[in-house]
Amino acid sequence: MTEHHQDSTILACEDMSCRIAAEPQPLKVLQDINFQVRRRTALGIVGESGAGKSMLIKAIMGIAPSSVSIQGRITLDGHDLLSMNPREWARLMGRKVGIVFQNPMTSLNPYVPIGRQIDEASRLHLGLSRDDARTRAIELLTVVGIPDPKDCYDYYPHHFSGGMKQRIMIAAALSCHPDLLIADEATTALDVTVQKEVLDLLQRIQEERQMSMILVSHNLGVVAGRTDEILVLYGGHVIEFGPTADVFRNPRHRYTEALLSAMPQMDQPAHTRLRTIPGQPPSLAKQLPGCPFAPRCPAAQGACHAFMPEMIASGSSGHRFACHFPLEEIRAQPQEEISEMDLAHGR
Amino acid sequence: MAGDVTGAAGSSAPSTEALLTVDRLSVNFTRSGKVMRAVDGVSFKVAAGETLGLVGESGSGKTTIGRALLRLLPEVNTKWDGSIRYQGSDIGPLSNATMRRMRSRLQMIFQDPLSSFNPRRKVEAIVAEGLVIQGVPKQERDQRVRAALADVGFELSEIAGRRPHQFSGGQCQRIAIARALAVEPELIVCDEPVASLDVSVQAHVINLLQDIREARKLALIFISHDLAVVRNVSDRVAVLYMGKIVEMGSGEQVYDRPAHPYTRTLLEAVPVVDASRKLRPDGQRSVMPSRIKPPSGCAFRTRCARATTKCAETEPSLTPGPHGQLVACHFPHQEEAPGHVARTA
Repeated sequence: MTEHHQDSTILACEDMSCRIAAEPQPLKVLQDINFQVRRRTALGIVGESGAGKSMLIKAIMGIAPSSVSIQGRITLDGHDLLSMNPREWARLMGRKVGIVFQNPMTSLNPYVPIGRQIDEASRLHLGLSRDDARTRAIELLTVVGIPDPKDCYDYYPHHFSGGMKQRIMIAAALSCHPDLLIADEATTALDVTVQKEVLDLLQRIQEERQMSMILVSHNLGVVAGRTDEILVLYGGHVIEFGPTADVFRNPRHRYTEALLSAMPQMDQPAHTRLRTIPGQPPSLAKQLPGCPFAPRCPAAQGACHAFMPEMIASGSSGHRFACHFPLEEIRAQPQEEISEMDLAHGR
Repeated sequence: MAGDVTGAAGSSAPSTEALLTVDRLSVNFTRSGKVMRAVDGVSFKVAAGETLGLVGESGSGKTTIGRALLRLLPEVNTKWDGSIRYQGSDIGPLSNATMRRMRSRLQMIFQDPLSSFNPRRKVEAIVAEGLVIQGVPKQERDQRVRAALADVGFELSEIAGRRPHQFSGGQCQRIAIARALAVEPELIVCDEPVASLDVSVQAHVINLLQDIREARKLALIFISHDLAVVRNVSDRVAVLYMGKIVEMGSGEQVYDRPAHPYTRTLLEAVPVVDASRKLRPDGQRSVMPSRIKPPSGCAFRTRCARATTKCAETEPSLTPGPHGQLVACHFPHQEEAPGHVARTA
């Protein structure tokens, strides 16, 4: 179990699918999911409600409801998760993965002082003594920027604001030196100013501790400046994946592009008409063959309704997408490349 | 207090006669003996057909202002002061019965439409609710329900008989808009109307509101924490901090040439879809001061990099700033560098 992997991948999903048992046929929540998270990088997962973001995280963490069956392969640090028994799985997750959920109030026990909630994992998984665990918890509270960490150790969750509670959750997630930190809509409930601070904190910790991070969000802006790669989910499928800058600058899938242009921009004048995506998001109950976006896609043709496109590479950067009739590839203009290099150096 | 200048600055819509004039509105809540100032001397005007955006962090008083305008504040432990004049008549002293009739001209849309609907009623009854209160005869009522639903893209015959839970979030919000429109109001207070919607649905609801606003010459007060959404829908924007307006002006003034340090802080925090480079964490911290014992002088000084002793001693009043907007700051930013561009450049 402690065998060291030189492998550059911390997490990989191969042909992973999730189904919920239902009548008359099982509901396909996630289908043929393939992606990798490289060590020391941050991956963003975006998608609208019902796209399968949360189910993907739950499946990886081994906390999916019992009605969900998972096929394919999920490997974490070289361990094949689906072949493990639930206890081993939980133990591995406790040691290697830290997770921060959207609502800190429901993740923290209101009757237990926050320090003890941070201790819990390090005592259980690392076998630290009560005193050592306490010292460690106070250290972590300092790392996440809680003022007077020694006193705060004994405070209860209700003493803290939403942003502070989320910092405490991050401290708890870090308590076992995880290799991978997952933030599942961790800043959605926060004000923009506090959101920025928590995102700054997550990014700083990820870089300093050389961890990998998965940032799940419905907000494209949150993911844009904070991740190395991005995965776009739609109707339970990965429809686009690649380096964040590539995907945002040159989306190849029409859904990604439509989503980007549906967002109001701060540099547009008032009353600018927003682009909308016609139709309804796909329903789990009425799954059709073919591309899940086909019913709403302006470019959809026969093939789109007949079968799901394979992932196709766009250029050599690892950018890939699943579309029969993709948007054109924009070749980077030499001028643009210069200005970007300037930016990188001027940083 | 700058009660009288507030309507004039940065008004791009014709402001010959204000539809709504709010003068020194204050709202105090009392909780276990302690008094909290939720809204503190806020003054503004809204002209017919104009959209005023209210932005600020949670606890800045946005929602309280919206509710005060429709006299929907809680009855207990609440004290409000100041004047709210609607087309010249003060709505403060109105009896509850008169206020009810007044609401045919002032309507509200809430963040979570599902919880603002009675789950057991059918959509057509929900949309007709205001008309029943107004005593509109049945035949005209049906006609107006049909027209209001058509305005938000529904055919009455297609959805009649269905109940709220049979609709998605975006559809519910459209029904909520139809309910507000049915009484043919002149002003709608929209409290975070798109906050709970997905991006693609949000775009649809925003476009819809814009179409209706134009077609019906509606005035809107648009409350949101999402600065990009507010920029899109508003003619003028008021930035709130700790129950006070700290900056107010046209969208261009407030977003492109923000003068108040708080406005800049807010704008800089907005996550922008610009992946051309990775952001650098800057370690800025924002701790909201206590609402019960606010700081002396300017309430923002505890978070402000420009604060001096003057800021602790005297509270800045809302006065015309360097670029024509109103700003409550002793040391407003003069430079033109817009917050969101400054961050990406």
